[in-house]
Amino acid sequence: MAFRVFPANDGAIEKESLDVKLTGAEILTRFLADEGVEYVFGYPGGAVLHIYDALHRQDRLKHILVRHEQAATHAADGYARSTGKPGVVLVTSGPGATNAITGIATAYMDSIPMVVITGQVPTNLIGNDAFQEVDSVGITRPCAKHNFLVKDVNDLAMVLKKAFYIATTGRPGPVVVDIPKDVTAEIAEYKYPRQIEMRSYNPVVKGHPGQIKRAVKMMAGARRPMIYSGGGVILDDASKALTELGHLLNCPVTNTTMGLGGFPASDRQFVGLLGMHGTYEANMAISNCDVMIAIGARFDDRVTGNIEKFAPRAKIIHVDIDPASISKNVKVDVPIVGGVNNVVKAMLKQLKADGFKPNEETLGKWWEQIEKWRAKDCLKYSTDGERIKPQHAVDLVHRITKGDAFVTSDVGQHQMWAAQYYGFDKPRRWINSGGLGTMGFGLPAAMGVQLAHPKAQVACITGEGSIQMNIQELSTCLQHCLPIKIVCLNNGYLGMVRQWQEFFYDKRYSHSYMDSLPDFVKLAEAYGHVGIQVDKPADVEGAIKETFKLKDRLVFLNILTDPEENVYPMVPAGAGLDEMILI
Amino acid sequence: MRHIISILMENEAGALSRVAGLFSARGYNIESLTVAPTEDITLSRMTLVTRGSDEIIEQITKQLNKLIDVVKLVDLAEGPHIEREMMLIKVKTPGAGAREEVTRLVEIFRGNIIDVTPTTYTIELTGHADKLDAFIVALDKAPILETVRSGVSAISRGTKSLHI
Repeated sequence: MAFRVFPANDGAIEKESLDVKLTGAEILTRFLADEGVEYVFGYPGGAVLHIYDALHRQDRLKHILVRHEQAATHAADGYARSTGKPGVVLVTSGPGATNAITGIATAYMDSIPMVVITGQVPTNLIGNDAFQEVDSVGITRPCAKHNFLVKDVNDLAMVLKKAFYIATTGRPGPVVVDIPKDVTAEIAEYKYPRQIEMRSYNPVVKGHPGQIKRAVKMMAGARRPMIYSGGGVILDDASKALTELGHLLNCPVTNTTMGLGGFPASDRQFVGLLGMHGTYEANMAISNCDVMIAIGARFDDRVTGNIEKFAPRAKIIHVDIDPASISKNVKVDVPIVGGVNNVVKAMLKQLKADGFKPNEETLGKWWEQIEKWRAKDCLKYSTDGERIKPQHAVDLVHRITKGDAFVTSDVGQHQMWAAQYYGFDKPRRWINSGGLGTMGFGLPAAMGVQLAHPKAQVACITGEGSIQMNIQELSTCLQHCLPIKIVCLNNGYLGMVRQWQEFFYDKRYSHSYMDSLPDFVKLAEAYGHVGIQVDKPADVEGAIKETFKLKDRLVFLNILTDPEENVYPMVPAGAGLDEMILI
Repeated sequence: MRHIISILMENEAGALSRVAGLFSARGYNIESLTVAPTEDITLSRMTLVTRGSDEIIEQITKQLNKLIDVVKLVDLAEGPHIEREMMLIKVKTPGAGAREEVTRLVEIFRGNIIDVTPTTYTIELTGHADKLDAFIVALDKAPILETVRSGVSAISRGTKSLHI
């Protein structure tokens, strides 16, 4: 086949993007490089052997070999969250695809742009219960934004373009492209599709000007305004506009777990997280505000508590790219569908055009009230005891990293402490599985973050339960030289489960005690990394300093913390946000 | 309340399962669902009958609109519309009396007898779902062997139309 051009040995033609004949596998790798993809996170197998061969014969894409397909999806996810660019995953058919499901569902719940390529058995075997066959399109349908099965190699480039377009626009999300093995061997003409048009998919970008005017009027008339913002602000890079809006309105700002970093945590107007483990001041302000401006947030049940008692005094303005998120859980007064950044900027423009000045008198009273709530100091903890307090450890990580690290987390108590105590001043620094709550997310996500930001400090704040759900990735970290700092808040319990059992099941700690834990220091060393352990409060600061000093090594810092510590404040299930359990 | 949601969608493999999957995943109920390509073979027209409060119907239409393959949709129950359903029904007609009775009923309901055997009639009947129900009730004494209903098809009255 003399007319075939292998990308690896003919870079010149590649750059000129001439129409060339390539195999499906080559089209895939060429397309990904042309699309600007840097990293592919994956794991080879039978159905993707042609693709892996094409990867081997090119040098524009870098492939990161993980140790489990779930980790590939989380790593791509971490890459996407920390950069805003779509993460790319490549796995084989059958178990490769099913292992990736948890990561796809995680990205879907948090609206993370991702393209997942799954190999499939050859088209003539589809439906025959072939070796390593699974209906990937069927399985991923409910947990992906969209998916495709490519049956003709001539469609491949356009389908891939559509996949990236769908994944990154509107409300972002993961898109799965299932490619049968024979399609990766067949030959077609390749030209990078620059343009794309889909009659059935046209996400709204700009907000309705009339609705924006109504919203601005409502803000201007507010006596106790409040901003509640979520992950949409991060996804749409709207934190600058949001911060300006907050300052112009001079109102309290609360963030969801997904929205942390959208408004600087060190700003006087920031009142912290809201919801189940939100601060007293944030939850009380929500319960008492008269105008709520919800921006890129979706009124999740962990945020609202008892929906009947949520923001009972407020008129609600809700800005979201996804019309289905509006009035889904909570009826709103001014719905605005559109890109968060566009809409907030339009609001600012309108407020300025109207010569808006905050009402100092009513706002003064509002702030006076908020400061009273804040004075309760609901996040206080004692450092007098003999056990290390996990909150203190997070505070120290913040101080020692100068608040400038990328922090990934797993799920449970440590996640809430990281969210409550780290204090994120910048967007895209806090990387956690907010919607699906996936244990095992933290370490692989940190790999994606570290690859995207090789010079940055990346900390994975985790627990001894979560870290074991993807511990095998320590091997990936060694192979790809990823100097992640694992800060394991080890309390010997599945802490959040234990906390619920303490509160709601009469302390019957059913299967929440993790005995027979491994020696994490030796485990880290076995994987070729550095392991450090501390169990005395006096040693913890030194250990964290030492951990972050080792710039080019992965360090597993095992901190033995107070096993009885709980996450406070807490809104029990079914209660209103103003019915918190305080410490 | 009962709603008839008419959907214009890409005639792609799996488009139907996306809609059916959405309804089961979110716990919405489907009373009937019909789908077939339109005059433009790249497009399918789906008619879906469902029930729910205004809030649920609002969510259903929003969630359907979010499906990438859905081009356009309309809730026909919001305005004047015509709905029809077709039924094929096979009944036992053991004697002359039964055959006469069934023939008369078919005439009254403006149906057609489309197949005959010495012991059975197969009847085709089109109309509003209520009419089909009424016919089944009216058949009363004639034993029904088989009932096949197409599910509701519907279209808006007047010049309004669902097209791209």
